[in-house]
Amino acid sequence: MTATQQQGNAGVVIVGAGQAGYQCAESLRQEGYAGPITLIGDEPYTPYQRPPLSKSYLLGEVDKERLQFRSSSYYAEHGIELLRATMVTTLSPQTQTLQLSDDRTLAYDQLVLATGATPRQLTIPGSDVAGRHYLKTLDDVDRIESHLQQAERIVVIGAGFIGMEFAAVARKLGKTVQVLAHAERVMERVLSPQLSDYFQQLHQQQGVEIAYGMDVERIESAADNSYRVHCSDTSHYQADLILVGIGSLPNTELAEAAGIICDNGLLVDENGASSVPHIYAAGDCTRYSHPFAAAALRLESVQNAVDQARAVAAHIAGQPKPYTTVPWFWSDQYDTKLQMVGLAEGCDEQVLRGEVASGRFSIFHYRQGALRAVDSINKPADHMISRKLLAAGVSPNKEQAADSGFALKSLLG
Amino acid sequence: MPKVTYVEFDGTETEVELQEGWTLMQGATLNGVAGVEGECGGSCACATCHCYIDEAFLDKLPAMAENEDEMLECTVSERKPSSRLSCQVKMSADLDGIIVHLPEAQS
Repeated sequence: MTATQQQGNAGVVIVGAGQAGYQCAESLRQEGYAGPITLIGDEPYTPYQRPPLSKSYLLGEVDKERLQFRSSSYYAEHGIELLRATMVTTLSPQTQTLQLSDDRTLAYDQLVLATGATPRQLTIPGSDVAGRHYLKTLDDVDRIESHLQQAERIVVIGAGFIGMEFAAVARKLGKTVQVLAHAERVMERVLSPQLSDYFQQLHQQQGVEIAYGMDVERIESAADNSYRVHCSDTSHYQADLILVGIGSLPNTELAEAAGIICDNGLLVDENGASSVPHIYAAGDCTRYSHPFAAAALRLESVQNAVDQARAVAAHIAGQPKPYTTVPWFWSDQYDTKLQMVGLAEGCDEQVLRGEVASGRFSIFHYRQGALRAVDSINKPADHMISRKLLAAGVSPNKEQAADSGFALKSLLG
Repeated sequence: MPKVTYVEFDGTETEVELQEGWTLMQGATLNGVAGVEGECGGSCACATCHCYIDEAFLDKLPAMAENEDEMLECTVSERKPSSRLSCQVKMSADLDGIIVHLPEAQS
């Protein structure tokens, strides 16, 4: 029996109103799904975009209203019931119902879990001081902003994307910035060593101090509202504001309690279906065996949230469109745009296209002679054509990749 | 407030008042114009807000940065001389009355 045949009148309920939840609601309507849709968010806001939070919003270049995916009237106009500031406390797959924080019980025909991820918490003595911040939600950023103006010395714990994007913004605002990295290089989990070096130099040229291999041991409050961050090698750093960006954990508590199979993320198939009938998941909370990857992995990106949500919506609407899009990702730091496509895991050869010194170049990653990923610095044309090459399974040979004069486009029919 | 008219591929027209400084992409997404996706939220990173600007307004547009020019190299719908990424064009008094045509597909 397909999803459509089983439709009752409770419709689709989506838990989580971030990128994946919003996209799923919108795509359901685009796919022609005509039943009720309920979109439940735990934040008090109309669904909004998170990527600008650590960049343009923090710099004051865009306001709250412009962060929204759609205006607040969009939801009612499209028959989407938006429940703001609402938590789901219990999920009961047997009765196909949810218990909400306002004590209501909500039935569903199909359920979509788009519960996202939560920043990994720092658990050391003093880690609960007022000047310690995480960066995930609009409220987080508004809190940071209210303290940032007075702050002069910023300590960033963690050298991942959030930490380094924040470091770039703080430098633009003229702050002193010290990054304390547990890793041996910046954005280690995602970037190749060559690109980590590139970004390290970029940040250092901009005046960011980076210390590697650091274990933060405790945070001590001083009388003047400042802090001292102590590391295990006995070094310590003065801070007026501390930003912690040490990864994130998938929000799977609701699913696990309901008996849905989770293992470092809610496990889903190519349609976003979970191990329990009528329950799907999309976005940061999932782990999926993407056809482009060697093993199931968590992809925490806008692209993953959008494409997985689209696949869920299409399946619920009875016209499956499995999620196989080649993963892509971007980051803006200072005036440098990083764009990545594909997955470079297990690659054995790298080919440079363009001059590193020019600040505009791409690195082509090969595995056993086949192109698997391309990382571009201020080279959107390389990125865009590489998306098409990887999607089509076309590999330029290494001479073609290295030759900036060679039109990669010519390889596509 | 200056006005912009979006013309979707099927001919549907939507007229919107748009604050100066807001982008043509924001005018579309925040007013439910379906022909603009804006997946990256206006970061010039996805090319899903591709549009064709009406000829009468082409010379009033802000200059195109190299990044935008390159992103337009591989749009899903054909690039034309009037192609722009709507996230990179900010509304101004000069653009009052601008007509923005949307392509058949963005992704």
